[in-house]
Amino acid sequence: MNLYAIRAIYKFEMARTFRTLMQSIASPVLSTSLYFIVFGTAIGSRMGNIEGISYGAFIIPGLVMLSLLSESISNASFGIFFPKFSGTIYEVLSAPVSAMEIVIGYVGAAATKSVTLGLLILLTAQLFVDYHIQHPIWMLAFLVLTAVTFSLFGFIIGIWADDFQKLQVIPLMVVTPLTFLGGAFYSISMLPEPWQTLTLFNPVVYLISGFRWAFYGVADVNVAVSLGMTMVFLLICLTLVWWIFRTGYRIRT
Amino acid sequence: MPSIISVRGLTKTYQSGFTALQNVDLEIHRGEIFALLGPNGAGKTTLISIICGISSPSQGTVLADGFDIVRDYRAARSKIGLVPQELCSDAFENVWSAVNFSRGLFGKPANPEYIEKLLRQLSLWDKKDAQMRELSGGMKRRVMIAKALSHEPDILFLDEPTAGVDVELRKDMWQMVRELREQGVTIILTTHYIEEAEEMADRIGVIRKGKILLVEEKQALMDKLGSKLLSIRLQQPISEIPEALAEFNLQLEADGDTVSYRYDSRQEGDSIARLLRKLTEQGLEIRDLNSSESSLEEIFVSLVHEQEQ
Repeated sequence: MNLYAIRAIYKFEMARTFRTLMQSIASPVLSTSLYFIVFGTAIGSRMGNIEGISYGAFIIPGLVMLSLLSESISNASFGIFFPKFSGTIYEVLSAPVSAMEIVIGYVGAAATKSVTLGLLILLTAQLFVDYHIQHPIWMLAFLVLTAVTFSLFGFIIGIWADDFQKLQVIPLMVVTPLTFLGGAFYSISMLPEPWQTLTLFNPVVYLISGFRWAFYGVADVNVAVSLGMTMVFLLICLTLVWWIFRTGYRIRT
Repeated sequence: MPSIISVRGLTKTYQSGFTALQNVDLEIHRGEIFALLGPNGAGKTTLISIICGISSPSQGTVLADGFDIVRDYRAARSKIGLVPQELCSDAFENVWSAVNFSRGLFGKPANPEYIEKLLRQLSLWDKKDAQMRELSGGMKRRVMIAKALSHEPDILFLDEPTAGVDVELRKDMWQMVRELREQGVTIILTTHYIEEAEEMADRIGVIRKGKILLVEEKQALMDKLGSKLLSIRLQQPISEIPEALAEFNLQLEADGDTVSYRYDSRQEGDSIARLLRKLTEQGLEIRDLNSSESSLEEIFVSLVHEQEQ
């Protein structure tokens, strides 16, 4: 195991975050705070409770997930896309590092960033909304698991993308809509049929539901199913990454 | 001399079907400066990319210091430093962390003293805190060299090290390469500037269309393939070459008082003596003689030309 290499990549990626602190941390925190002000405080005060939880508190897990997913993907995809784009990837390819070490370095850094971001958003939420966390360990577990999974997913997108548009298209056109429709702002039991059933095909439903269970003990789907689905998605991403390095897809000519 | 790099039967066919390398065999000796000479698109960069692990071979094997570059990639790659042809860098990173990053990537513990020495040697020390985007092209290339040397490799690949580099920096680069060789580093450089190969290399390999045409000691190559040019300046100008001298294929220069004789230094025999004798017999008196060797450039052109026929 080339630990020095993992550390070098991790440090490099974290340094990039600190160079772009405004963009990578401050701006997601700010935009999520805006949701809390508008939906939590302003509109939320006129809305009834959902499953016994005030609307402002109800949307917190969903909002954290929204940022977590999009930031994990964009951090990890940019982290590997940019060296490919600028050509500096040659160095990583010619170094005595294994695929696993590369992934741990890049994905680890991206996941660290988004977990930090998620926790910062939770702290910020305290300013606007009163909430509590019933199962803090599970909350943290879901947070880390989702961050790692979606950072892996972002890493795959970063390798697949050969231009800037492709880099943006999955997060913007797929992940964001799925998150909005995945119960971030409502309980799926509020939906009429057939939408309630159709929604179950949206993987983000399981992420948000499980995460919300960790906060309030209420969930749209059973928490075990949520955990299972998250693991399945993690496994799919790991398999894809394994295949990418095995075949050299879009990395090694 | 033992080989530090040993390439056997290496073939590379890209997915598009283009074959960039065809059954290449090449031995690089420990401690030498080897120049891989060839026109653009000859396969120089492909060969380097495969040895360094950026590209995968289609067929054949490469050993670097005895380690297979695919099976024992860790051991093989940690011996090798690469300075690619393209200048590429993370624009916002500073020089110091860029070079330290490379060292870490190659699995070496931090060694600030060594990196400082390296940066001083490359006249980069006063730029260590500068961001890459603030540096000139020449400085960037030095940083790329520093990155390649950061893990103290035994083998250094320089892909077109002086492409687009001004004369002064080119001279500096040559000097640096010689110093590295003195420290025991084996250097393989690619170039399409013959001047560069002639100036620096111990041995030269000529590659064209994915095939190694020949590998020779530089001097031997020049001796072997070098034709010589003998210029004979006459006391009196003449208007045409006398019939009796036809066998020598002499060329009469425009001024009329110089004739040139091109001969093969390999099989020269007694032709010069005969020529001089005949000149005297024809009543032509010689004022001055000058002979010159052909440059690598001429050798290269004739080689490539030969292949085409």
